[in-house]
Amino acid sequence: MVTAQDYGEFETAWCPGCGNFSIRKAVVKALVELGLPPHKAVFSTGIGQAAKAPHYIRVNTLNGLHGRSLPAATGIRLANPELAVFAESGDGCSYGEGGNHFLAAIRRNVDITYIVHDNQVYGLTKGQASPTTPQGQQTKTQPHGAPSAAFNPVAVAVTMGASFVARGFAGEIDHLAGLIAAGARHPGFALIDVLQPCVSFNKVNTYAWYKERCYALGDDHDPTDFGAAMEKARQWGERIPIGILWKSDRPAFGAGAKAPLATREPDMGALREIIEGYA
Amino acid sequence: MGASAVNIVIGGEAGQGLVTVGEFLSRALVRAGYAIVVTQDYQSRIRGGHNTFAIRADSAPVVAPTEGIDLLVALSAETLDIHRSDLTDRALVLADAAHGLAGLPGLAVPYKELCPKPLYENMAALGVLGALLCLDPAWITGLIAEKFGRKGDEIVAANSQVFAAAMDWTIAQKAAFACLPPPEARGRRVMLHGNDAIALGGLAAGVDFCSFYPMTPGTSVIQTYIDHADRMGVVCEQAEDEIAAVIMAVGASYAGARPMVSTSGGGFALMVEGVSLSGMLETPVTIVVAQRPGPATGLPTRTEQADLDLVLSAGHGEFPRAIFAPGSVEQCFHLSYRAVDAAERFQSPVFILTDQFLADSFRDVAPFDLDSLPPVARPLTAVPDPAGYERYAVTGDGVSPRLIPGFCEATVVLDSDEHTPDGHITEDLGVRVTMQDKRMRKHDGLAKAALPPDVYGDPDNATLLTCWGSTLGAALEAAQALREKGEKAAVLHFSQVWPLTPDAFMPVLGQARRTVMVEGNFAGQLARLVRRETGYVFDGRVNRYDGLPFTAAYILERL
Repeated sequence: MVTAQDYGEFETAWCPGCGNFSIRKAVVKALVELGLPPHKAVFSTGIGQAAKAPHYIRVNTLNGLHGRSLPAATGIRLANPELAVFAESGDGCSYGEGGNHFLAAIRRNVDITYIVHDNQVYGLTKGQASPTTPQGQQTKTQPHGAPSAAFNPVAVAVTMGASFVARGFAGEIDHLAGLIAAGARHPGFALIDVLQPCVSFNKVNTYAWYKERCYALGDDHDPTDFGAAMEKARQWGERIPIGILWKSDRPAFGAGAKAPLATREPDMGALREIIEGYA
Repeated sequence: MGASAVNIVIGGEAGQGLVTVGEFLSRALVRAGYAIVVTQDYQSRIRGGHNTFAIRADSAPVVAPTEGIDLLVALSAETLDIHRSDLTDRALVLADAAHGLAGLPGLAVPYKELCPKPLYENMAALGVLGALLCLDPAWITGLIAEKFGRKGDEIVAANSQVFAAAMDWTIAQKAAFACLPPPEARGRRVMLHGNDAIALGGLAAGVDFCSFYPMTPGTSVIQTYIDHADRMGVVCEQAEDEIAAVIMAVGASYAGARPMVSTSGGGFALMVEGVSLSGMLETPVTIVVAQRPGPATGLPTRTEQADLDLVLSAGHGEFPRAIFAPGSVEQCFHLSYRAVDAAERFQSPVFILTDQFLADSFRDVAPFDLDSLPPVARPLTAVPDPAGYERYAVTGDGVSPRLIPGFCEATVVLDSDEHTPDGHITEDLGVRVTMQDKRMRKHDGLAKAALPPDVYGDPDNATLLTCWGSTLGAALEAAQALREKGEKAAVLHFSQVWPLTPDAFMPVLGQARRTVMVEGNFAGQLARLVRRETGYVFDGRVNRYDGLPFTAAYILERL
């Protein structure tokens, strides 16, 4: 029986009031719900405040480079299909520096649960615009407003035929935990974009701002209806839907190892025959 | 070159099948017992242009390409103009009768008459070559049956008929060309190019993961893995870019795979952050860098040895590494095996620095003795005290116990930030120094395990041709030529270019009368590295950076 205590208690380097605390709670709740012991879960993260998350949960961790949480997670999953693989990072790391990997991960559909802390700003580097900052929103480095249109990760994922696309809110911990557990159970790439306030650098999209707007999708939303999924993925402003936006039964990536590579030894007899074949 | 040897050059446009003719003939020669060195020169295009496939074949061992052409197979009219000045005194040109011989000695081959369709011209060319070399036709007809067997008996028969007709036609011409003498007995041989051998060495060492982004001339290492992936259980994945390729390899390595990554300079430039990550995470990765001339896109299909500086310093910050530089196809196999082991043993990025010439150079080699290979270091899947496990435990030699996650109750934590022994992020500057010292202690182990350069010949009071990587064969032949002229000459070859082993090679340099560094770059990168590490300055340098491999003649002209 796995309990929240198995995942430990840690001191963090996060700002008081940061949405990361709630996301951490939701992640642990999901892991407990999944019954995953810490040594069977792996978290691959990039760089940023969100990417520090697995330092504050007792799990296998590869805290790698900025933008690269997905390639490392892909390598882990392809080498050992028995591990539950999560990738976790912020919006700048995931959609900016790691943009190409995001597109490739959707195409591959490797069994990875991707948790993106989306606070629409670069926090650790102190407040620059991120790919999801609304166009026109002022920051210290974009004093005339973010000049480019915002990236909509969930709409892009739905358009590309990702197999599981969800949006959560850090202020709704139980709901978010349910999304993470559902994403982990889904056999394939699961994107969970988590709306999250940045108490230090985003003065627009605050807790109150989200609380007022976010609403949970009910049974009337059919996540297998592409048109409905696109409509909900694009809804923003006065009303913001959270929940599973889109789901499909696209087959998961099939070209990885069928058993952990770590316990295999090369077949020298076969290799001898292969070498002889070069005569 | 004596009559025991022949240098055959097949020239034509990309897409004309010159590689098919070249590979068929090379394989037939190897099966017949001859030694070969193949040099492939091609342009960065799919059709047209001018490409060559050169086979130097000998009844005795041969180690390098040569320049003079004895048999020139001209599949295009342009081939004659380009190679006219390279023909030896005894050379014959084999040209299409439709183009003519342009006044050169040779045979105007009536391809139209010999072939029912242009598709069969390759077989006709093989028939002409087989007859001139007095090769037993069974070597070629056997290959035809193997290569076309699955297309049906009719195709095999049609190809064999064209081959036999071309042989008969050639014999009837009574062309004056000395047959190859019977080969020296050397036992069974196989035909491999350098990149085949790198992949096979990796397979022997247990490489089971290849993430890649295609780039000439690094791709053929991966292609060889892919060819055998299903049988050997290798996971191969084409990544979205080189950054992903190397980071996937790091992830897979963390999870217990033994990865190999292969690329060329430009792709490697993108991988550099991943090299630094491998250094910090202490997660083994073996990276093949098949060099081609830069900067930037440079000459994409030609050869050079100008990425030593890049590979030596790739990655921000300081961390240990090893760099191997094979000089022959045999060394490609054995150093690839050794590189994987060194990466695992020292938990560091390890490099194999090869180049387009060696990558594409088919040679005859004895099948590798798999039974005599030493065991490869392996990570752990269990630890005695899972709760107290520390991935980066501080040890005397800097090597910490490397546990693979998922097999016991310990969790394995890796961080690209500076970290405590248990892998967690830290800004404790004392810990920083402890951990950097720990990582750098692995350099001492790598240095102790480093291969000293090989000495060929007696260096005492000699001209010592010093080189690294694929330049070995040409240097050996140049030294032999000097000795034949009565000059004392020897070769010092670095098959590992980092860490260096000055205690082993400084006395050799000291014995020589004159030392010359021969390397395929402009700046003299290994000469500079030796000077940086030892203060030693070579008496002379021979550099080549026109995109072509060294030959003995090239070196001798510049001594």
